[in-house]
Amino acid sequence: MEKNSPKAWLYLLPAILFLGVFLVYPLIDVLVYSFEESFNFASQTSAGIGFYNYEYVLRDPFFLQAIKNTFILVLITVPISTGLGLLISLALNAIKPLRRAFQTVFFLPYVTNTLAVGMVFMIIFDKTEYSAGLMNTVLSVFGMTPVDFIDGPYWAKMLVLSVYTVWVVLPFKILILTSALASVRKDYYDAARIDGTSRGRMFRKITLPMISPMIFYLVITGFIGAFKAYSDAVALFGTNLNSQEMNTIVGYIYDMLYGEGGGYPSYASAAAIILFLIILTVTSVNLLVSRQKVHY
Amino acid sequence: MNNLKNQTDFDALARRENVKKALLNVLLYSLLCIWALIVLFPFYWMIITALKSNAEYLTETVPTPYPLRLTLENFGIAFTPTEQVNLALAFLNTFLFTVFTTAIMLAVIVPAAFAFSRLNFRGKNILFTFFLALMMIPTELVVITNFITVTNLELRNTLLGLILPSVTSVFYIYLLKENFSQIPDELYWAAKVDGTRDFKYMMRVMLPICKPTVVTITILKVIECWNSYVWPRLIVDDADHLLLSVAIQNLRESGAGRGNVPAMMAAVVLVSLPLIVLFLVFKDRIMEGVSRGGTKG
Repeated sequence: MEKNSPKAWLYLLPAILFLGVFLVYPLIDVLVYSFEESFNFASQTSAGIGFYNYEYVLRDPFFLQAIKNTFILVLITVPISTGLGLLISLALNAIKPLRRAFQTVFFLPYVTNTLAVGMVFMIIFDKTEYSAGLMNTVLSVFGMTPVDFIDGPYWAKMLVLSVYTVWVVLPFKILILTSALASVRKDYYDAARIDGTSRGRMFRKITLPMISPMIFYLVITGFIGAFKAYSDAVALFGTNLNSQEMNTIVGYIYDMLYGEGGGYPSYASAAAIILFLIILTVTSVNLLVSRQKVHY
Repeated sequence: MNNLKNQTDFDALARRENVKKALLNVLLYSLLCIWALIVLFPFYWMIITALKSNAEYLTETVPTPYPLRLTLENFGIAFTPTEQVNLALAFLNTFLFTVFTTAIMLAVIVPAAFAFSRLNFRGKNILFTFFLALMMIPTELVVITNFITVTNLELRNTLLGLILPSVTSVFYIYLLKENFSQIPDELYWAAKVDGTRDFKYMMRVMLPICKPTVVTITILKVIECWNSYVWPRLIVDDADHLLLSVAIQNLRESGAGRGNVPAMMAAVVLVSLPLIVLFLVFKDRIMEGVSRGGTKG
């Protein structure tokens, strides 16, 4: 390679320009916004610097509700989707005929529009004019009393949101885990089989350690993704999530910014920084745990 | 006699082993079939609901798993423009948004990846590390300022305002750079000796060699654009400039969708269809690309 070609900067100019304006500058700006008290959007002035925006957000019942919802969603969906993903991938890995067909079908939710398919989930769970809806009809066969899943009790709504979230995130997990399982070398299993090792022991002593880095990667991305949940909730319950008690942290940020309750970029910024800190903390804890648990 | 007895023992053992295997297979295939049904069912329900008439849907006392009378009228209703939604325009807008965003993104990231993989300049490593660090910034953090920037530039309700913030992707620069770096240096020097300029080398040699990666990136970006919801919702509030995700959400919340679920499902079918076709055509590329670093959930 040539020692120095300043022309490289010309090639990099568009990327640097766009990243600077739409990624680096906003990053600094959002911090500034979050500390500027009673910022006025029209006159672009503020009353001073301080923690008031954070105090306001942390005392806002809508924000606390959003935090609660998001944490519940994370705690339900991350373990279930990772476990289910592992189970399905193991099954996929153990069969030969039809494997490609199953893989294709399982990946389908990844390419669908979250809003569009979310509405299908909504009508599956929702009641209609003269019936309790498809899901309730099915459940009544098992003797359950109908529940209003879309407009009813908190836990029913949370259940629908969790089911839909798991449905949406599984394709990615199945894809990653099947390729991880396929890359475990066959000689390990052959050696274990010669020693007469049982299936369960082979899974615990060979498979799990070999794919643990990938499981761990999925747990981290799963946590991050679930903390940023938003459009799934909109698809199921509509844009007015606060009144439905179903808002998420990201939803709170956007509602503060724009829409009926919007026009408060300072509060939105404070909430965004809080979200970022939560994700940062959880990811760091994950990394610390993985140091002890993951075999590389 | 003794020999024969041993033989039957082996047979019994083998038979038992086969039964165990068959049972395991039944278990595995039933698990996979159940999950396949769960994945496919929403698509089935979406299609049959779109084919029911609204009167039939509203009057059913028990949801029927098939339409009693097939009708295509819902597609016509979905496309009838209202004050809040114009679905045909939303399709056009989303198409333009997708094409322009993807094209501009390629024009931005290809030269950047080329510079990082092939050219030498002062501060290259520092800059590349800085780029990688940028990958960790969540969009939610920068959306607020971008919203204000675009509003101040008076680009709300314009295609440009929609496109600008999403034309760079550090991750795709990284992906392409890794691929470019695999091309042997000799090729570059041979081209240099022939008097090929850097730009021509990038366009005529590197891009064709790395075509698979470029195609993968293009498809992933197209999917992302087609499905984007948050940014379009913030930037557009004028019915004539809506993108699809926002349009169907409006359809659902305006009277038209609430009162006519089959028409809403007809819109949902049409929104989902292009991507499903795209996926079936490019499924290997897409799955390979996503496993190399897509994220969703």
